[in-house]
Amino acid sequence: MGQYIARRFLLGIPVLVAVSVLIFGGVRLIPGNICGLVLGSAEAMTPDNCSRIDHDLGLDKPVLTQYFHWAGNAVQGDLGKSMKTHRPVLGDIRHRMSTTLELGLLASVFAIGIGLPMGVYSAFKQDKLPDVALRFVTIGWLSMPSFWVGTLLITLPAKWWGYAPPAGYVQVWDDPLQNLQQMYIPAIALGLALSATLARLTRSSMLEVLRQDYVRTARAKGLRESVVLSKHALKNAMLPVITLFGLQLGFLLGGTVVLESLFSLPGLGTLLLTSVLSKDYTQIQGLVLFFAFIIIVINIAVDLSYGLFDPRVRYS
Amino acid sequence: MAIAVEAGGLSEPKLSPTGWLHTASQAARRNPAGAIAGVFCVVLIGLAVLGPNVAPYSANDISFVRLQAPSASHPLGTDTLSRDMFSRIVYGAKNSLGIAFAAIAVSTVIGIVLGISSGYFGGALDLAVSRVIDVMLAYPALVFVIFAVAIFGRDFWTVAVAIGLILTPGATRVVRSATIGVRNLQYIEAATAIGAGPLRIMVRHVLPNVMAPIIVIASVNIGIAILIEAAISFLGLGVSSPTNPSWGRMLQETRPTWQTAWWTMIVPGAAISVAVVTFNIFGDALRDWLDPRLRGSR
Repeated sequence: MGQYIARRFLLGIPVLVAVSVLIFGGVRLIPGNICGLVLGSAEAMTPDNCSRIDHDLGLDKPVLTQYFHWAGNAVQGDLGKSMKTHRPVLGDIRHRMSTTLELGLLASVFAIGIGLPMGVYSAFKQDKLPDVALRFVTIGWLSMPSFWVGTLLITLPAKWWGYAPPAGYVQVWDDPLQNLQQMYIPAIALGLALSATLARLTRSSMLEVLRQDYVRTARAKGLRESVVLSKHALKNAMLPVITLFGLQLGFLLGGTVVLESLFSLPGLGTLLLTSVLSKDYTQIQGLVLFFAFIIIVINIAVDLSYGLFDPRVRYS
Repeated sequence: MAIAVEAGGLSEPKLSPTGWLHTASQAARRNPAGAIAGVFCVVLIGLAVLGPNVAPYSANDISFVRLQAPSASHPLGTDTLSRDMFSRIVYGAKNSLGIAFAAIAVSTVIGIVLGISSGYFGGALDLAVSRVIDVMLAYPALVFVIFAVAIFGRDFWTVAVAIGLILTPGATRVVRSATIGVRNLQYIEAATAIGAGPLRIMVRHVLPNVMAPIIVIASVNIGIAILIEAAISFLGLGVSSPTNPSWGRMLQETRPTWQTAWWTMIVPGAAISVAVVTFNIFGDALRDWLDPRLRGSR
């Protein structure tokens, strides 16, 4: 097992290297010169100033040297300094990542908590009214953009009942209760579409499993239906659902950008937006690399979780 | 008499001119919701193509009363800047749906090339393609598009290609597994035996036989593409501008009036949702019809 985990992580390294090369190369494709961007005005762009900036940013060295310099520092936990604020990029990331990860986590919890029971119930009542109704509802959820769900969830309760979550973002460790009051609406908006996807796949996967002989055996020996469903069927129906969940995490993590922007949450997404708008390329480069890093780590975790649900999966 | 029979025997059996109509009406009877969605898809595509020709007013005409509730002359009301929202929805279809279709074209073409070649040849090429897919999957969807826009600017094809690349891994995987499914069948062997080269086999024999899953994955992905484009333009990073509307941007622009004028909040979001629902239901119907093995999966 330990060996498997180690090898799985090692396999992630070439992916991360390829990703970093693409990000680095992408930023070098930007038209226009960095010097004008940093100085901000045409008068300040004297050859002297420009060569000083190129030297400061290491732009006077060969591209390959620049890449190894950047990647080498990144491995050691240094993503460089922001071109605008001159603060270390990783410091800002570390400061803001808890908000983004909390949003993603809450949305996943919501999606699983709603989606799995819906899918199981739908399969249990196959082709009866609840099943048809749930399938109808999930198609609708899949089709609503998360930022519109968020829009409705902040506007309508305020309009009808005068309800508004507390203003002024607080970190989860400062005041967990107030933080949760601020986070649950964006989390629902973000997780709604995923819950529909999970419900649909859980339903079809459960239908497949419920036809198996061991389910008939479990029923024949007189087990309660709830036990048959939860212990015998659901556990076996989980594998495709986990795979899909892993594939959807990229969409989920990307979705945090829109919801952070809509709800003004100080997370990585809003940081990415401000750095795109202010053309802060060192920050963009560091953030995209960090996002990719999270996805790769989560995918490894998803791979490892297969064994929890299916003992036949051997890590060798 | 004998000659006539011989001639009749040699001519190829022809499908009656109403053949496809008959098939379509049969499919429609079995799945009326899918058929209605199909008609709706055509209407939406028509709006995107014809846009300005069918809108009652210009998208930037500001000569109306501001924030008018929906009425006969303004079926979807007017916004803060006194513009007719129905006309802006119609104009915006070109951006919102056009980019989604362009993205699907990109992902389908790349998916076919990578999927068929890796599935057919296997070995080192297959391994290389699956590593490329791993790398593509490492970017959060929206972050990748934002990154692309930050580098190449906000033009139509930048956004379309970026969204298309996000959808490429899924398309490639579907085409690849379908190709592996037909690769060892007898007609491929027969084609090899009469000396057909790999390119000819892939184009003439494999491609037509994996067309059904390709069409299905494309129709499923259109909904996702519309949602990503909407998110990008909602963030103000899309191709749209105040005078060149798109549905996501409209929702952002109406933010100050969400509370006071409900239609400014409902209309753009509903337009996106209706379009996505339409393509989702149509995609489901297509899948059930073209590829019964995939029924119920998603």
